Amino acid sequence: MAVDDWIWQLDESIPSRTGEGKRILEAVLHQLEAENWFPHEIFGVHLAMEEALVNAIKHGNRFDDAKRVQVVCKLSPEKFFLKICDEGTGFRLEEVPDCTEDENLEKASGRGIMLMRNFMSRVEYNSSGNCVTMEKIRGQKTA
Amino acid sequence: MAGQRRLETSEVGDVTVVRFVDRKILDVTNIHELGRELFQLVEEQNRKKLLLNFSTVEFLSSETLGELIKLEKKVKQHTGKLVLTNIKPEIYEVFAITRLNKLFDIRDDEPEGLAALNAA
Repeated sequence: MAVDDWIWQLDESIPSRTGEGKRILEAVLHQLEAENWFPHEIFGVHLAMEEALVNAIKHGNRFDDAKRVQVVCKLSPEKFFLKICDEGTGFRLEEVPDCTEDENLEKASGRGIMLMRNFMSRVEYNSSGNCVTMEKIRGQKTA
Repeated sequence: MAGQRRLETSEVGDVTVVRFVDRKILDVTNIHELGRELFQLVEEQNRKKLLLNFSTVEFLSSETLGELIKLEKKVKQHTGKLVLTNIKPEIYEVFAITRLNKLFDIRDDEPEGLAALNAA
C-alpha cells in the first residue's frame, strides 16, 4: 500500500468555541485553494468540516470551555484527511434518523451527517461516536 | 428595518422579499439571530407571503436548514406561504441531498417566486 505523501498537516487541540473551529477551517480552505482544488471540492470539504466541527463543539462538548476538540488535518496531492474528536458522550450512528425519509424531513437531526457522507469520499465514526474520520479524494465524484 | 441586522426586506405588493446580508450563513450565533429575524416577520409583523432570495448566499450548513424548517412551520401555522428563489447550484445540492427540495417551494428567480406567491 502506498504511503501517503502529506504536504501539509495540522494537529491541534482547541477549546469548544466556534471561533476556534473557524480559524482551523479557514487554514484548511486556504491550503486547498493554494493546491488548486476545484471550487466544488473545496465547497464539499468546507461543508463537511463545518458540520463536524459544529457537531463536536455544540453537540459533543456542549460549548464547555473545559472540554477540548482535537482536530487533525492532513493534505496530500491526492486527498484531504480529517479527524475530529470531542470529549462528549458520543452517539450511536444507527439511532440517528434518516433525514430523507418523509416522516423525518422536518426533524432537527441527521442532516449534517447526511451532508458529510455525500460530500466526502469516506466518513467513519469510532464505536463510541465521539470521533469522526473522513477523507476527500481529489477528482473523485461525490455530491 | 429597525432591529434587523442579518436581513434586508422590501415589499412587492403583499409579498415580503427577503435578502440575506451574509454571504456565508455559518456562525451559530448569526444563524439563530437570522432565525429570530425571520420569525419576527411572521409572528410579530404578520407577513403572510415571504420570498427568500438566496442570490447573495454562497454557503450554508445544516444549522441554517434547521432554522428554515422552523420558519416554514411558522409560516404554515400563520396560514402564509414561503418561497425560496435564486439558490446557487451548490446550495441547491444541499437542499436536494437532504430532500428539503421536497419540503420547500423552490423557484428559479424572484419573478417566478412572486408569481407563485401571488397565485396562492
